[in-house]
Amino acid sequence: MTALLSGDRVACTVGPTNLTGTYITDRDGMRVVKLDSGYNIGVDPARVTFLERIPAAPSPGVEAAQDPDLPELAIVSTGGTIASRIDYRTGAVTSQFTAADILRAIPGLGEIARYRTQVLATILSENMTPALWQELARAVHGAIRDGAAGVIVTHGTDTMAHSAAALAFMLSTPVPIVLVGSQRSADRPSSDNVMNGVCAATAAVSDLGEVAVVMHEGPSDDRCAIHRATRVRKLHTSRRDAFASVGSPSLGTVAYPDRTVELAPGAVRRGARPLALDDRLEPRCGLVQFFPGMEPAQLDTFTGYAGLVVAGTGLGHVSTPCIERLGALVKNGTTVVMTSQCLYGRVCDRVYDTGRDLLACGVIEGATMLPEVALVKLMCVLGRTRDPGEVARLMQADLAGEVLGRTPHGL
Amino acid sequence: MDYDAIGLVSGLEIHQQLDTRTKLFCGCPTVVRPVEEHNGEFCRYLRATASELGEIDRAAEEEMKQVRRFRYLAYDTTCLVENDDEPPSPLNEEALEVTLEVARTFGMTPIEQIHVMRKLVIDGSNTSGFQRTALVAVGGVLPNGGVVESICLEEEAAQRVEESCFSLDRLGIPLVEITTSPCLRTPEEVQETAAYIGMVLRSTGKVKRGIGTIRQDLNVSIRDGARVEIKGVQELDLIAEVVRREVARQQGLLAIRGELLARGATVEDGATDVTDLFRGTKSSVLKKAPVVLALRLRGFAGLVGRELQPGRRLGSELSDYAKKCGVGGIFHTDELPAYGVTADEVARLRHELGAADEDCVVLVAAPRQIAECAVRQVVRRARLAFEGVPEETRKMLEGGSSAYMRPLPGAARMYPETDVLPVAITPERWSAVRAPELLTEREKRYAAEYDLSASTAHQLAYSERLPLFEQAVGCGLQPGLASRTVLATLKELSRDGVDIGLITDDQVIAVLRAVEAERAAKEAVPDLLRAVADGATVGEALAACAPAVTGEDLAAIVKRIVAERADFVRERGMGALGPLMGVVMAEVRGSADGKKVAGLLKDAIARVLG
Repeated sequence: MTALLSGDRVACTVGPTNLTGTYITDRDGMRVVKLDSGYNIGVDPARVTFLERIPAAPSPGVEAAQDPDLPELAIVSTGGTIASRIDYRTGAVTSQFTAADILRAIPGLGEIARYRTQVLATILSENMTPALWQELARAVHGAIRDGAAGVIVTHGTDTMAHSAAALAFMLSTPVPIVLVGSQRSADRPSSDNVMNGVCAATAAVSDLGEVAVVMHEGPSDDRCAIHRATRVRKLHTSRRDAFASVGSPSLGTVAYPDRTVELAPGAVRRGARPLALDDRLEPRCGLVQFFPGMEPAQLDTFTGYAGLVVAGTGLGHVSTPCIERLGALVKNGTTVVMTSQCLYGRVCDRVYDTGRDLLACGVIEGATMLPEVALVKLMCVLGRTRDPGEVARLMQADLAGEVLGRTPHGL
Repeated sequence: MDYDAIGLVSGLEIHQQLDTRTKLFCGCPTVVRPVEEHNGEFCRYLRATASELGEIDRAAEEEMKQVRRFRYLAYDTTCLVENDDEPPSPLNEEALEVTLEVARTFGMTPIEQIHVMRKLVIDGSNTSGFQRTALVAVGGVLPNGGVVESICLEEEAAQRVEESCFSLDRLGIPLVEITTSPCLRTPEEVQETAAYIGMVLRSTGKVKRGIGTIRQDLNVSIRDGARVEIKGVQELDLIAEVVRREVARQQGLLAIRGELLARGATVEDGATDVTDLFRGTKSSVLKKAPVVLALRLRGFAGLVGRELQPGRRLGSELSDYAKKCGVGGIFHTDELPAYGVTADEVARLRHELGAADEDCVVLVAAPRQIAECAVRQVVRRARLAFEGVPEETRKMLEGGSSAYMRPLPGAARMYPETDVLPVAITPERWSAVRAPELLTEREKRYAAEYDLSASTAHQLAYSERLPLFEQAVGCGLQPGLASRTVLATLKELSRDGVDIGLITDDQVIAVLRAVEAERAAKEAVPDLLRAVADGATVGEALAACAPAVTGEDLAAIVKRIVAERADFVRERGMGALGPLMGVVMAEVRGSADGKKVAGLLKDAIARVLG
């Protein structure tokens, strides 16, 4: 019996009915066959017979046309749903497109700029690492140094905000660095990859001069929001408009399909800052969320870590027994930064006793930083200095828009 | 007509909405809402994508000729799954069970492992750009020897509210699709088969009722013609007519083909810009158009205007193709001068294009890009006329004619729905599936078991309120009373403008129980139900409409009325019964049973007569 390959013509029987189709894969003990009607069915292997081997068709190699009169953008691809395709083996949607495939997948891009593309990784964003952030920062830095008018980073949405923050802390940039992804897979006609991609490219040639995330602003295909890298968070598991600026207004919007860009007064403008890279990073840092009844011993996991961010309750609290352990960590050389699970608002450990006790133990107030942004920043800061006073000063200083001098109302 | 001789081959695709508790891939109820109740809206664009084989489906590509923005209306009974903003839930088990029951009825074999597919549909009717569908069983038979090829379970599309606006309430309602092989040979056979399949579906007791809840697609071809799929036939009684008209259309197209070849007709690319020629025209369409393009069709004169179906010409087919580019329609010289275009303008047009009498000239008026697209489409369709009948998906028009929708879809429009896990139909599960009692059998059983007339039994079996009848006889009510209520009383109330949808089955049963307990007369049932529809409880309705008249009271009333009219009784004898019935019934206002009143009256009259 011929071992079946994906794409083979096969015959199969379902009861008295004879059917023909294309063998796709094996799944849960069944042969999956795409019938000539287009339907896939799972059939007992005993009822599938090989008919013919069809040579694989060459993949359609359409070259994307580039207009030499347009500004040049760099696309650095890391994977994610903006560039996904169906995997025959598992039947799942996986990231496997190269950056050049993105150009093909998003037709409108060619009207906005020229592109050079670089595939840094093809991973789902939950597999992102601090080491990859460093590589990403170097790649983006290289592209800008080589003259890119802006950089687009395609990224899975799960940890896009973390990577955005990492780039914001490691890079000083004169041009836009835009992270973009899609919430609904690129294989569907309704995917948000086209509008997000077009808006991202538009933002990347705009007057913006900082790191940003560009994604759907609302449920409609009418506008993308431009979010500051250090204020953005994924706040929904599946909606197109999952990303939101937390506690500060967004940097602006890109309208679709007319591509009108509006930048908020607070957005850093193109050319305002020089190009610089500081990719030092201390990866031995942790993030822990406190909960009622948390056993203090759980905090011992972080013994020997360079830094720990705590997402505390309310104004920035943990239970009295946990305070003691945090104090022990600090004494042992771990920098501990307090943030809040509330996400919105400022940490203030001077109001209640537990807070004052935390400060007495040497825990640093994380100001208005989102917990994961504080973590990324702590890695960067500890990569630069180990002087406790300097670490504390930097953690409370505003390096990339993460620490708000004032907490605006109405947000 | 001898359909055998012309080689008519026809098949059916029947789509029936299921009346399940929730939708196929989410927890939303399967209710259709009035549009004005929507509580959210959003806009999206759709774009065809390559299938797993790297091809773009030709039907999807056709829809893409225009980039369109779709508006969607959401309700408090729809969720993020309909918005295409959340992955689908697992396949609805209740819907699968009903599908398997139907498969069992047709003697089909289930698929061992069902895979949900995405069928590309980018006309806006699905927010995702595809319709989820799964092949559930194959290989069934019909009583007339025909073959049921397959039964699929799919999600219903969103309802079009207007041009590019869709309502999400209907999206995701489970839909069973039954496809027959092309085994039907006459228009009547097609209609009878559709009726039979519809009956089987209704036998499950789990299908939606009412207009739009069942739709028939017809596949029709004749010898030398081509397979044409006509979508969305909603009335069963029109099916045979739709087939007849499609046969006529295909014959007409074949005749045109013959004449075109005989005439040596040709279609050349390239249109002439005649915008200037119509600067001063009285045709407002041509006058205000940014560009008017003219296309000469050599040897087509008289054929473009030839009727193929009532109200449909070859020109309509050209126009349907052109409309895909966004134009409202086309003009052609077979129908000109008309619409404000003068004979002089036609003459100048012909002159400008060098068109001879045997040529037809087509006009397209639109912004340049759209007009050029429309001309290309007209050229495409005109060339297809030399082949006879193009393979197409068409939509039914009122009366039974049809218009072009898109090319027949290919297998490339299907790819796996990776967000839904496959479902195994194990032998154990399948062996537990029972075919429902067919309505045809049920009808016979009713007649025998409840001593109902054949026609009453038939009407009951096919009634939308069959469950009410079942419940009524199930709790011991008289079948006669129950069937009258279901078949006559409710229908009459509805005809009188009472919203009988507001009366629950339980309320009807409570009213009928009151009648059987002699707390109200049969004659009071319409008034009682009317009161319930107006919002009264059954108790309130009984109190208001039918204050109980005891047997004693009734006897006294009858006695008094007969005594008061003793002369009349003596004069008329038993003939007084009818008139006196009216008097008594008016007095008791329906709260006494007519039969009982008649009995008492008869006795009383007999006593007077001695």
